[in-house]
Amino acid sequence: MTEAATRPMAWSIRRELWENRALYIAPPAVAAVFLFGFLLSTVRLAHHIHAAADPDKQRAIVMAPFTFAAGLILMTAFIVAAFYCLDALYGERRDRSILFWKSLPVSDATAVLAKAAIPMVVLPPFIYIVIVVTQTIVLLLSTMALSGDNAALALLWTNVKFFQWSVALLYAAVVVTLWYAPIYAWLLLVSAWARRAAFLWAVLPLMTIGIFERMAFGTRYFYLILAERMTGWLTHGFLTRAQGRLPADPLTALAPIKFSTTPGLWIGLVFAAVFLALTVRLRRYRDPI
Amino acid sequence: MACIEARGLRKMYGATVALNGVDLRVEEGRILGLIGPNGAGKSTALHAILGLTPYQGELKVLGLDPWRERDQLMREVCFIADVAVLPRWLQVSQALDYLAGVHPRFDRAKAEVFLAKTSVKRTSKVRELSKGMVTQLHLALVMAIDAKLLVLDEPTLGLDILYAKQFYDSLLNDYFDGSRTIVVTTHQVNDIQDVLTDVMFINRGRIVMESAMDDVASRYAEVMVHPDNAAAARALGPIYERQVFGRGIFLYDGVGRERLASLGDVRTPSIADLFVAVMSRDGVSV
Repeated sequence: MTEAATRPMAWSIRRELWENRALYIAPPAVAAVFLFGFLLSTVRLAHHIHAAADPDKQRAIVMAPFTFAAGLILMTAFIVAAFYCLDALYGERRDRSILFWKSLPVSDATAVLAKAAIPMVVLPPFIYIVIVVTQTIVLLLSTMALSGDNAALALLWTNVKFFQWSVALLYAAVVVTLWYAPIYAWLLLVSAWARRAAFLWAVLPLMTIGIFERMAFGTRYFYLILAERMTGWLTHGFLTRAQGRLPADPLTALAPIKFSTTPGLWIGLVFAAVFLALTVRLRRYRDPI
Repeated sequence: MACIEARGLRKMYGATVALNGVDLRVEEGRILGLIGPNGAGKSTALHAILGLTPYQGELKVLGLDPWRERDQLMREVCFIADVAVLPRWLQVSQALDYLAGVHPRFDRAKAEVFLAKTSVKRTSKVRELSKGMVTQLHLALVMAIDAKLLVLDEPTLGLDILYAKQFYDSLLNDYFDGSRTIVVTTHQVNDIQDVLTDVMFINRGRIVMESAMDDVASRYAEVMVHPDNAAAARALGPIYERQVFGRGIFLYDGVGRERLASLGDVRTPSIADLFVAVMSRDGVSV
């Protein structure tokens, strides 16, 4: 029999999406809820703009829904991706379906990398599109709400630099994905390792180390490392601003050189690679059930 | 060429010995039943053959080392663990798509033909199917793969008689062609008695009996003996003795039928009876 050409990686990724529909349903659903709330709030938009005392405040008011939408969708994506990773290799052992997956010519490395690709490769561009579409709708709704009010409209369209924001967001999507890679890889490793309660195994050991350090040495370096891992993409990937004001042009805040020379980025990526290698090994060596 | 060849296969789980020096050889084109009580090492042996678990000793499957060359081996080997392992969220059409996408020897059209004979719908999810239908689906997927070795681990566990019978019937009629090799483990010995070409009993990690089915009839005999002849029957050295309706049933290994005929009716023991006899001799209380 002639052997048909196969694409194990592509099909393994697709199979993850079949199983975990929350990955692509939750972020647009959250965006839809946000848009509905925003639609209701546009009634008072013009009033708020004119009530604001100075141009900075006005700018903050028209910009707020754009940044809020981006943050909300990014956070949703992170939560969904984190829970996906925690279950990715634990669930297949729990329901014994790993015996089915392992009965096929798909190597453990392919299976694990396909699972890692979901939060690290597949989700970021998708989330980016969801955010840009949501922001486009916010812009349209704002424009409609302010129609007839030329002063407010001018304020909106001069301050919302849509193209620059889209580029900045693309940069943010790359930066946050690289920065969070070790988090996802850690969750995958715990998922491959835990026999039960994967969530507790992912979180409790880290807390225990922090508490131990606090009690034994009175320091809190470990907690700072963890906090840095959560927020570091913002502090290292973007120029820090004095008063926390939004820059007029978001492109001026991007700091790719600063980010790529941050040791934390490369240390994190090394950890991610080690965690993934261990995950492949666990799936290979551990008895399937 | 031997399809499976093992020498001194050993596997420990901590201090527990799961496989204690298994030697076995399965030729191409055989249907081997691997039968043993719970915890005898059946699944461990299958997992070693499938490269799912590391082991000590020598093992070659289709000429490959299943642990080190697993990825290559799985192109030639199919495996049904039991009916519960198909993921519950999987849709039948997705299963077909996925297998066509990852398996170089999967023939989608063939799988569709098998499925057409069942009531499994293309749009159904595994969780919506009955246990019997899930087995039909899994079997249809596996039979559409042009593999050299098919490993079945308790494939009909929890199925009613109709589905179990149908399972083995399709396996024999639509799949087995004399060149493939099938290894099956099961508790339901009676279901597979007529399917097998070879039988092997495993207990406490060792092979305690192995025979071609053709040889079972010539080697083993069972005689129903009137109580008056019991002493004479025992003198011939039965390997097992049991009482049914006040008569003794004696099972012999390698005693000529002509010598037994004077004691009572001689017949070939069923695999289940043989299993009980061999296991009780091996020190399992049954």
